[in-house]
This record gives sequence, structure tokens and C-alpha cells, in this order.
Amino acid sequence: MATKIRTKTINGETEILVRIDHPMEDGQRLDPKTKLRIPPHFIQKITFALNGEEFAVADLGSAVSKDPLVKVKVRGAKPGDKVKVGWSDNKGIAGEKEIAIT
Amino acid sequence: MQFQRRKALKRLIAAAGTIGVALGVWKSRATRAAEWPRDAYGASTVADALRNLYGTGETTASHAVKVRAPTRVQSGGVVPVSVSADLPDVRAISILIEKNSPPLAAHVHLSGAVAFFAINVRMASTSDVRVVVNAGGKLYAPKQNVEVLVGA
Repeated sequence: MATKIRTKTINGETEILVRIDHPMEDGQRLDPKTKLRIPPHFIQKITFALNGEEFAVADLGSAVSKDPLVKVKVRGAKPGDKVKVGWSDNKGIAGEKEIAIT
Repeated sequence: MQFQRRKALKRLIAAAGTIGVALGVWKSRATRAAEWPRDAYGASTVADALRNLYGTGETTASHAVKVRAPTRVQSGGVVPVSVSADLPDVRAISILIEKNSPPLAAHVHLSGAVAFFAINVRMASTSDVRVVVNAGGKLYAPKQNVEVLVGA
């Protein structure tokens, strides 16, 4: 499950775009083969940190699209600063990715 | 005799509390807040979800809250919604889809970030996208609700 981060800085404001590969099953879909409901499997929490300091924590529900794309913005980031994104889902699976701002 | 009993009872409750916290059965409010807000995501109406997240469902309409979403989408699977708020001390932003069940789609706690949040949501059918911003402890909503038409 890949996590991709892109940053874009305009006028001192850095937009952080994160895309996480994740099925985000809401628990309503039926498996075409077994005809049973696929149990919910979705990202619940995404944390964003700049140079180790958390500046945003997103709580997501099952209504977020598959392979979620999330954007947040932060001010005062300089090239070389580290942005770290961590996520965890309702099954306990977690992931994280860190990149340096260009 | 009564006094002794009351003291003993107090001590028992305190002990039970400590054991509870140690076992992880009884969590302090801070830990609960840091967990995923299950009740808010289970709430079946927008008002209930807001009350669960913020303690109140009352919002003030404000021009400072801007919501961007497509007017129409072919399928409700991926609807990009972005929110920006020109308000001081923005602590949280919530996105709710009126006709979804449950309506709460996502919310973000901000501490030092710019008052902005964008995410792709799923919409079950044509519905209003409701956005609530917590700025300085008060809730604000956009002046006009954004409606997204689902289905060609």
C-alpha cells in the first residue's frame, strides 16, 4: 500500500498532497463471488508532521473514497524540511512516509 | 461509623478507577479524544454528529468559510471537496454529506496548520455537502450549502 506525498509551496504556504493506496471498504459492498458483504476496511487516522511537530490529524470515516487523496496546508516550511505522514486503519494496519520539501 | 464507611468507599472507587485505567478499560478523556471518534461516525444525522464532535450543533453562517466541490459528478465514488476558512484560530474542520448514512465523512484537527482541508469523499446520492469549522471554540458554516448532483 503505497503512500505518495507531493508538496507545493506558494507565497510561504506549503500545500501537502497525500495519496494512500487503500481499498477503503465501507462495509456495504457485496463480494461478487461469495455474495457476502465485504467487511469495512478503511483508514481511520492520518497524522501530518513538519520536522517532527504534528500540525494536523485527520479522522476519516468509511465515506472517504478509495485510495484517498488528502490535502493540508502549512506555513513556514523551508526547502529541506521534513514532512511525515502516518496513517492507521480499522484493522490495525499502519503506514508512514516522510519526504523533504523541495 | 458512617464517616469510616464513606472514606472506605471513596478509597475503593479511587482504587477501582486506577485499576481501570491501568487495564485500559476506563480511559481518560485525553486518550479517548485521541482515538477515532466512533460515536460521531455512527451518528445518523448531521446534528448528532456535530454534537458528538463539538458538544453543540449550533453553527454561525459566515462568508469566511469557503467550500469547493463539483456541481455535478457522474458517479458518487470520488467527489473532491476542499474547505478553506479565513478565520483566526481554526482548530478543526468537518465535512459531512447530508444524505449519506452516516453523514460524517471526515474531519481534521489542526494545530498550527493553515485553515484548509481537502479530501475525496463518496456520496451515496445527490446531496448537500455540509462543512463545519471550529474557530476559537465556535462553529461556523458556509453561507450557502454546496449541493453536488450525483449521476448523469
